[in-house]
Amino acid sequence: MLGYALRRSAAIIPALFLIVTVSFFVIRLAPGGPFDTEQGLPPQIKANLEAAYGLDRPLIAQYGRYLEGLLHGQLGPSLRMRDVSVSELIARGFPVSATLGAAAVVVALLTGIPLGIAAALRQHSLLDHLATACAVLGLALPSFVVGPWLALLFGVDLHWFAVAGWQLDAAHLVLPVATLALPVAAYIARLMRGSLLEILRADFVRTARAKGLPETQVILRHALRPALAPVVSYLGPAVAAIVTGSLVVESVFALPGTGRYLVEGAIDRDYPLVMGMVIVYGALTLAANLAADLVYGWLDPRVRHA
Amino acid sequence: MLDAAVAERGAWGRSWGRLRRSRSAALAAAVLAAIAVLAALGPMWSAFPYDKLDWQHIAVPPLVSAHWLGTDRLGRDLYVRTLYGVRLSLVIGLTATAVSVLIGVAWGATAGFLGGRVDGVMMRIVDVLNSLPYLFLVIALTTLFGRGNPYVLFAAIGAVGWITMARIVRGQALSLRHRLFIEAAVASGASTPRIVLKHVVPNVLGPVVVYAALTVPQMILFESFLSFLGLGVQEPLASLGSLIRDGAEQMSSAPWLLVVPASVLVTLLLACNFLGDGLRDALDPRHE
Repeated sequence: MLGYALRRSAAIIPALFLIVTVSFFVIRLAPGGPFDTEQGLPPQIKANLEAAYGLDRPLIAQYGRYLEGLLHGQLGPSLRMRDVSVSELIARGFPVSATLGAAAVVVALLTGIPLGIAAALRQHSLLDHLATACAVLGLALPSFVVGPWLALLFGVDLHWFAVAGWQLDAAHLVLPVATLALPVAAYIARLMRGSLLEILRADFVRTARAKGLPETQVILRHALRPALAPVVSYLGPAVAAIVTGSLVVESVFALPGTGRYLVEGAIDRDYPLVMGMVIVYGALTLAANLAADLVYGWLDPRVRHA
Repeated sequence: MLDAAVAERGAWGRSWGRLRRSRSAALAAAVLAAIAVLAALGPMWSAFPYDKLDWQHIAVPPLVSAHWLGTDRLGRDLYVRTLYGVRLSLVIGLTATAVSVLIGVAWGATAGFLGGRVDGVMMRIVDVLNSLPYLFLVIALTTLFGRGNPYVLFAAIGAVGWITMARIVRGQALSLRHRLFIEAAVASGASTPRIVLKHVVPNVLGPVVVYAALTVPQMILFESFLSFLGLGVQEPLASLGSLIRDGAEQMSSAPWLLVVPASVLVTLLLACNFLGDGLRDALDPRHE
């Protein structure tokens, strides 16, 4: 198990290296540069600026220099925002995005799992049909529709929650977290219902019942753990979904997270900023997938890896 | 050969029957057809072009003027603009799906049929591509290479979709490899491209159709998502995503600008998904 974990962790490094390399060259293929402003800089000043940031050197030399910086943990300066490094920008925005994302994962687990269990235990009941309908809707409604709608209903009309802005209190957190969590919770509920229904028909559950265990014991001690496996393996993709959603949510609710840096950085040709964002989110996605795989092996011993 | 053709038609015929009996799929197909017809013909019935500014009617609510669904803050007709957005969504959804089907089927069928080392290398590439944070590359690509250039948008979106398709097709092709009719084709001296095209591809079409149908709404959603972030089509063109973004900015003063395009998008996505689910049930009777 430990060996497997180590091997999988080590595999992240080449994957990240690939991401860095592909992104670095693809971004540079694009027309335009960071200092092409609308008024147009005098050519001499533009040349000086490019020389100052090393952009006048051959691309392969720039790539080498960037990799060297990365090894020292440096993501470079932002080309468009003066006197700020990419690391500083990310350090400013990341706590906001991470808080939102973590809250959304917790909320999605805390609503999706119980809903799925309840629906599975009362299959074909009214509750089951309601839960299934909610799950279908939650999956079909895009976050950029749900977010503005929630803001319109609960913010503008009812005045229950804030429509925009960042503060660590319920009024500011409820709507963005709900928007982020909804599709994930819906998917988890569907997965949980399906897998628990299947597990409840398994032989070892029949054995547990046959030896006279009360039904709560059967479910809590025997059925639940294996039934959680698909939910856990979904957590990797879920983190990717939440990261995507956070781009929308941060834009809808005007939150100072990292999402906007990617979009703005790409529009402004702020190469180091785009690279920094791709690296952070790439590492996050890879790590989430790894964590999900490891927990999966722990939950279901049959797939445990040598 | 003849027997196979007859049996083939029989299986597709039975699937068609199952699809037609499914109420939700039939309803979804009807809704989709209505939306498509409306998007194709609807703008003609209105007196207004999609980009005409009407300074006499600025941000008019629906149903109170000649603008049936009202206007935006520049006096542009929301009914016509929404239908233009639907047109774009449908075209993007279909084109991007076609691109991903084409690449995915060719890649998966070749890898699965050839097997061995070629298969290993080809699927390894798929695995690596799959672990990349695609969204960010696509965002970077569309922004850098042409915001508003629809062809870049098609290509970028379509390039994301083919990976899952390649996996599905490869799995199917792998199991076909040792079937008798493939061996017969090999024995009769047919070339590899011919076997892949004439024998492998037709036999993996079922799952391909199902996954393609479910890809369409994903592609529509993805385009709207990019447009919502301001990375898709540019003014004065409209996409459902860009309309929703404009609507969200003015939702307190002019809520219809959000409600109309958002409702249309959700209806479109739900209809696509229900039709896709119906297709899956029809083509794969084991799946409940």
